[in-house]
Amino acid sequence: MSDWRRAELRARTPESTTARTLHLTVDGWPGHLPGQHVDVRLTADDGYRAVRSYSLSAPADGDRIEISVQPAPFGEVSPYLAEDFPVGAGIEVKGPLGGWFVWKPERPGPVLLVAGGSGIAPLAAMLRARLDLGDAGPPFHLAYSLRDPGQRWFGALLDGIAEAEDPAVTAACLYTRTAPPGHPRPVGRITAADLDLPGFRPADGALAFVCGPTAFVEKAANLLVHLGHRPDRVRTERFG
Amino acid sequence: MSLSPGFSGRRGFDTSRLPPGQYPTYDFPVLSAGPTPEVDTADWEFTVASETGWRATWTWEQFLALPQQDVTTDLHCVTRWSKFDTRWRGVSLDVLLADAETAADFVIAHCHGGYTTNLPLEDVLDGRAWVVHAYDGFPLSPEHGGPARLLVPHLYLWKSAKWVRGLTLSPVDEPGFWEAAGYHNHGDPWREQRTWQD
Repeated sequence: MSDWRRAELRARTPESTTARTLHLTVDGWPGHLPGQHVDVRLTADDGYRAVRSYSLSAPADGDRIEISVQPAPFGEVSPYLAEDFPVGAGIEVKGPLGGWFVWKPERPGPVLLVAGGSGIAPLAAMLRARLDLGDAGPPFHLAYSLRDPGQRWFGALLDGIAEAEDPAVTAACLYTRTAPPGHPRPVGRITAADLDLPGFRPADGALAFVCGPTAFVEKAANLLVHLGHRPDRVRTERFG
Repeated sequence: MSLSPGFSGRRGFDTSRLPPGQYPTYDFPVLSAGPTPEVDTADWEFTVASETGWRATWTWEQFLALPQQDVTTDLHCVTRWSKFDTRWRGVSLDVLLADAETAADFVIAHCHGGYTTNLPLEDVLDGRAWVVHAYDGFPLSPEHGGPARLLVPHLYLWKSAKWVRGLTLSPVDEPGFWEAAGYHNHGDPWREQRTWQD
């Protein structure tokens, strides 16, 4: 089945001043794994079409999916989706796509999620799927590199993790430019110390997922390899 | 009534050069499944091996001493971006396979980092595939596959394997990394052979 399915926009919620999560209902959605993506197709009135790929930012939930969109300056598709696409209107989606950058909830063993900026989106789906497992799930840690507190996507999810104080599911924000008052980590780019964590070391059998802009992914994945992680245990997805 | 009211899209590029479902980009995005391997040209070797046991190996210096070709071509990535008029320099597979003793119909490219991809032999002969080491006049950077990558521009870019270290000629086809993970076995962008479903 390579069919395009009709998807209707139910709601749009803010992740930052500019980024939006689109909550869509898809006719006949077959479900997906955390980390997978969809192709989104837009058709203009004259038949012109544009297609882009977006990561799914929530785990499977019946016919509902979520994608999170950072509008690109002068972009053809992302500003329309983030700003102009009316609630109740439709787009077409194809998927789920991708068989490598996925976390299967039945997989035992700790998982280290490493996000740069909007690269948090597919990792948020993994984190939510992990939280759905409750006490039965494996250890998870998210290292989330972001510019400043205004760019912190999925705030409610991250606040919930902080408040739960469950040692098995933790998240750390790595601010690169401006941190909130009292934040324990000095402002700066990701370092080995941000990733060298008890319970998530190579000897623990950790699986790492790294997602973000190319330069960030290159840096973070190299840090993990130098910490001793096997390259095939470091799965990456690069944007632009 | 419109499905997506208010969407008009962007035109103004040569759509005849754009395979279906692609859009043009002026950046050079990177798609890799894992970390970028560190490959030193001091111990780089390129090996071609066939099903008869024949093999040939080139060191970096020997590889650079082979006849070089400059190639200007469009690239098409399965993640839907296309990039026009990219400039490469490298060695044609016609040169690398010229002396091979083989009756094989398929080629499997092997890479540093463990990546593999499979191609029909006919897709890599007759000036349609190269091992390239320079992009836009400069040595190929590691994230784009340096020191050397395969370039098979008439197929989706995952077939142009980065960090390539050798080719195996095989009488049987053998799905590579992405081909086993859901991507199409052949990957012709003009026929939109993206995934197993296409």
